[in-house]
Amino acid sequence: MRIKIDLSTLRQTKWHDYAIRFLFGGLITALAGIIARKFGPGIGGLFLAFPAIFPASATLIEKHEKQKKESAGLNGVARGRSAASVDAAGSSMGSIGLFVFAFVVWQFMPRDRAWIVLGSATLLWLGVSVAAWQIRKGL
Amino acid sequence: MSQILARFIIGGAMVSAFAIIGDVLKPKSFAGLFGAAPSVALATLAMTVVSDGSAYAATEGRSMMAGAIAFFIYASFVSRIMMRYKGRAILVTLSLIPLWLGVAGSIYYLLWVR
Repeated sequence: MRIKIDLSTLRQTKWHDYAIRFLFGGLITALAGIIARKFGPGIGGLFLAFPAIFPASATLIEKHEKQKKESAGLNGVARGRSAASVDAAGSSMGSIGLFVFAFVVWQFMPRDRAWIVLGSATLLWLGVSVAAWQIRKGL
Repeated sequence: MSQILARFIIGGAMVSAFAIIGDVLKPKSFAGLFGAAPSVALATLAMTVVSDGSAYAATEGRSMMAGAIAFFIYASFVSRIMMRYKGRAILVTLSLIPLWLGVAGSIYYLLWVR
């Protein structure tokens, strides 16, 4: 299956869907800082991989797929659930990349420039995640 | 207070940016990769390096590995349960958050506290 960009999804998304994700993302980032300040970077660091917007995103995908099927006169409940499930499976592959991102930060942050470490870690997250996705797809 | 506000705005913007990338990509399994993007980490670590130094940020990175393992288990469970049972996404994803907390906390405790 080829990877494609479909901009029509942006029109399906309402402004409050964007607002909810901004709110959750902002809250968990602020909360991670507060937790680190109160309990130390060891506990605070755990929350850098918290599934902050996962519930909002999965719900949005389920809703979009359901609406799409129902507008075609079909029952969209099962399709919506299935789409959210497939998205979650993709996120589990992305979390392998997230682990590599964290490992790079842990190992290289103390001795290299922060922007180089964060930039490299992000590229590695993408590379490892895509590789994991391709391997899983091939199974 | 101003630092918390800055974290909120930068974190919200970063998470939204990755979410929009995920929205426009197909197939859905590929778009799902962006649900586990290091958006919160990028926003937090960039600010942490400036305010608390790189050693502090590296310690956060070490713990983040435990969080990422917990994320893998959490997302795998969400996927399986959504596929097998008739649960709504919001119920399944929220009810499994304690699983993430339990796994991340247990790994942290076993590896770095005990």
